[in-house]
Amino acid sequence: MDKQFPYSDLVMDHFANPRNMGEMKDPSCVGDVGNPACGDMMRLYLKIENGVIVDAKFKTFGCGAAIASSSILTEMLKGKKLEDAMNISNKAVAEALGGLPAAKIHCSVLAEDALRSALEDLERRKSQG
Amino acid sequence: MKKGEQFIFFDNINTTFPDPEVVDIINKTLTARLGNPSSHVHSAGIAAAAVIDTAREKVSSLIGAGNGTITFTSGATESNNLAISGFLRANSRFQFAFPPVEHFSVINQAFELRKSGVKVRNIEIDSTGIVDLNCLERTISEQRTLVSIAFANPEIGTTQDMPAISEICRQHGAVLHCDCTAAAGLMEINASEMGIGLLTLSGHNLYGPAGVGALFIADDVKIAPLFFGGNQEGGLRPGMENVPGIAGMGEACRIAKDGIESYRDYLRKLGRKLWDGLADSVRFLHFTGHEEKRLPGHVSFWVEHVEGESLLLLLNMNGIMASSGSACSSNLKGKDESELVASHVLTAVGVPTYICAGSITFSMGKNNTEEEVDRVLETMPRIVERLLEMSPSYEDYKKGKETHHG
Repeated sequence: MDKQFPYSDLVMDHFANPRNMGEMKDPSCVGDVGNPACGDMMRLYLKIENGVIVDAKFKTFGCGAAIASSSILTEMLKGKKLEDAMNISNKAVAEALGGLPAAKIHCSVLAEDALRSALEDLERRKSQG
Repeated sequence: MKKGEQFIFFDNINTTFPDPEVVDIINKTLTARLGNPSSHVHSAGIAAAAVIDTAREKVSSLIGAGNGTITFTSGATESNNLAISGFLRANSRFQFAFPPVEHFSVINQAFELRKSGVKVRNIEIDSTGIVDLNCLERTISEQRTLVSIAFANPEIGTTQDMPAISEICRQHGAVLHCDCTAAAGLMEINASEMGIGLLTLSGHNLYGPAGVGALFIADDVKIAPLFFGGNQEGGLRPGMENVPGIAGMGEACRIAKDGIESYRDYLRKLGRKLWDGLADSVRFLHFTGHEEKRLPGHVSFWVEHVEGESLLLLLNMNGIMASSGSACSSNLKGKDESELVASHVLTAVGVPTYICAGSITFSMGKNNTEEEVDRVLETMPRIVERLLEMSPSYEDYKKGKETHHG
């Protein structure tokens, strides 16, 4: 039965034990993508110090793959230089999870979008601040 | 789920576990060295034919098939196809009408029928899934009609007033096909008294085996076969009969008939307890379907701010198996996300698209217990709270509320 289960063990682990889940106080920037009407909603908080992502947190409304994608994304981001973080793609997220079912690739795209949205927010805050 | 703890199967609407007596009769039939039922000239063939006759009587008795015959098929999908396409082949001037919450074997069949020139009509329903009788009457008074309506909807549990529907059909000369897949064994069905023309039954939905179903055909209703071959099942369903499956289905129908009242009352009680318990303990919960006119033991709902697949996965991790109206999970193995579509049932009863990806159906069966309901009621608030904590939509809701009040 487990063999037939569409999600990998790693996806299920991130779903069951999401890393870095929750709201962040005073984030450097926030990425917000999707909405409940799309069936998926992801919010990514980043804290950046000297060009390095020192903390990442998330909240997600979505299926197992969406929650796992956001969870692993925060792990991939923590400790990364901003310029390296910019290169993280949806493919990298899906690969880090040991693959996603074809019908769920859009969840990893959502994670990439959340990251882009957070980085845009960072630019915005910089130009305003 | 703790070690040694039994999993809780609350997905009886999708299939049931065969009763021991059913398994027993299938085993006996498989090992009885039976011949081909069409081999009328030797005892082994005659014995096989007798197994089918006995099963046919048992099925007939469950649904009060006095004024018609039972044809065995491979299941509800085939029965629905034989009933509808078979009828329209034999009665070409009829139009075809059904409500938008029917099974895919009706809806997708209608797409094909429309292509081949059949006039296909929609029968409206209200937000609880109940058929609009005025719309039904209007639709069938314009032209002679084959009407197909499921007695009970598997996803939202709503049951229809079949005697009233049947009476309207009779007054206007419409022929009624009733899909009883979900209702059989739980709702009182008497095809002859109700004046039903065609009626679908499924083996595995009433504690029988999969791969076998039946179609009741009233004597005054003519249908044409979809397959061509020998004279089995009066030529309507050629091919060697699934003798063990048929024997198992017959036995399942006998057990259902003998126990219908006690199962129904028992499941009504369990359903009530689960419904009330969820209403009391789970925040943001919205029930779907009709509160009273529904299948005993069937409770369906969606939870605001919480996505359905996540809820199902957490339920499964807690040893509780339920189902979803969510295409998101039912098509999890689809080739790509284009196969993720909202449930047509929920869309039809006016639930917004995003919620259609989040509905849960708990369907209890006669083997479920009150203790299992208690365990589900302990688990549900816990996992819903966990997902709320994770939900940005809930976070926005909380903030909006704070801003509102403060």
